[in-house]
Amino acid sequence: MTVWSANESSQASIHFTLSPTQMKQQTKINIVEKHPLAVRWFHWINFPVLLVMIWSGLLIYWANDIYEIKIGSTTLIKFFPKQFYDALNLRARLADGMAYHFTFAWFFAINGLLYVLYLVVSGEWCFIAPDKSSLGEAWKVLLNDLFIKKYTHEKVKFNGAQRIAYTSVIIMGFGSLLTGLAIYKPIQLSWLAYALGGYEIARIEHFCLTLGFCVFFLVHLLQVIRAGWNNFRAMVSGFELEEVADNPPDASEDLTSTVNDTTPIHPTTL
Amino acid sequence: MSTPIKPSSTLTLEQKKNITRRNFLSFATLGFGALSGILGWNWVRKQPEVDGTVAPLRSMLETNGFLNETVLYSNAHLAPEYPRSAAAVEPRTNGDVGLDEDIDARDWKLTIVDTKIGKPLELVLADIMALPKTEIVFDFKCVEGWNEIQHWGGVRLSDVFRNYALPTDFRYVGMSTPDKAYYVGLDMASALHPQTLLAFESNGQDISFEQGYPLRLIIPVKYGIKNIKRIGTIILTNERPPDYWAEQGYDYHAGL
Repeated sequence: MTVWSANESSQASIHFTLSPTQMKQQTKINIVEKHPLAVRWFHWINFPVLLVMIWSGLLIYWANDIYEIKIGSTTLIKFFPKQFYDALNLRARLADGMAYHFTFAWFFAINGLLYVLYLVVSGEWCFIAPDKSSLGEAWKVLLNDLFIKKYTHEKVKFNGAQRIAYTSVIIMGFGSLLTGLAIYKPIQLSWLAYALGGYEIARIEHFCLTLGFCVFFLVHLLQVIRAGWNNFRAMVSGFELEEVADNPPDASEDLTSTVNDTTPIHPTTL
Repeated sequence: MSTPIKPSSTLTLEQKKNITRRNFLSFATLGFGALSGILGWNWVRKQPEVDGTVAPLRSMLETNGFLNETVLYSNAHLAPEYPRSAAAVEPRTNGDVGLDEDIDARDWKLTIVDTKIGKPLELVLADIMALPKTEIVFDFKCVEGWNEIQHWGGVRLSDVFRNYALPTDFRYVGMSTPDKAYYVGLDMASALHPQTLLAFESNGQDISFEQGYPLRLIIPVKYGIKNIKRIGTIILTNERPPDYWAEQGYDYHAGL
């Protein structure tokens, strides 16, 4: 009996197939390309750079740490409590903070802009940009992740919640860059400061975006842990292992018809 | 031929080899990258300090300052101005370096030194007040991160230059308090900015001792640290003048 096996990887993979009933039980594992090399580089460069930006930003913020969340006259959250500064050694290092912040801002901006440029040029953006169904799906994903209602999403690269999260974080990056520039050069770029609501407002926006990055980071970390090794490895090595049923119905007929195709096909006999 | 094959999810040998190779390369690269990052970070932090900031970061601050002066900066870019009603009644004070000694405006003189001529120009307060008065209500910005709308009155530094035919082709303008305890360095362009004032009035009154009586600098295109109080000497020079806060780790340029 002869079976034609069409394989994406163009490498001959040999499998042994028998009768249709037995074929149904067989699975094989595919090595599926997930994250392109460029995306992995952007991701792992961005991570420490963003960390340094947040840390040095805190050194700067300390010098005028006026933000708090209040209801009436009761302070709910103070940014930040004394212990926070002490624990992270953030006190009286304004000059230090500015020197690091205005150095690493270059890396943050250049890496981020190259990433976006790459997404556009490679067409990868279409895996990340939310579509009509993303919001509805994101809600289902959220309910699932909070153990409220089970939801299994389609086998796609990113589900609706991920699309929204990854697109948001890119927009937030732009937001941080622009609000940062507005605070950094509020007179040379006074139009930018004005567009963002003025110097003081831009400083608040810059701060809130930073809090947003921290929230993103925590959720992202939790989700990566939850998703497991296969998913994590994809952000390092690029591929995921995917179990696939190796038994398309009427395999023999279908595959014979693809012989004329340009797809490389490797015959194996048994 | 009829031996049943159990459901198999095992990898082929080829796949296994492929996975091992790619994992090794990728994780080794990541590890190497992380290690270089940590080593690079430690290296930066161990570099000798230039005026309180490690050399690599100091040169980045200088690069940023240079880019601002050459690409962004223009004397046509003005600090936004506000109605007088928006100004703080009691402008915030922060820092009193150089203000220790008692001062009497009758004894006070402003000395302007042209480093090419060497013969200083000496002005009394009345000489300065005789020039056209300029007022500004703008958002004063401190390097610490606070800002406040303030109302100042005085004369444009550029008017002083014009009136006394001072040369504008020097690279820097240095200013210091009479006791030399506080001092700032400014690039010539910022010194000649139309909103840069030698101020003797705040909210229409003589400025207070804490605000730098009898004459202080108001330079909206710079952080507060450059807005020196109680100016004693102004020096025109091509050598970068010393700067109090730049010596303590801050950016020399400090432009907004």
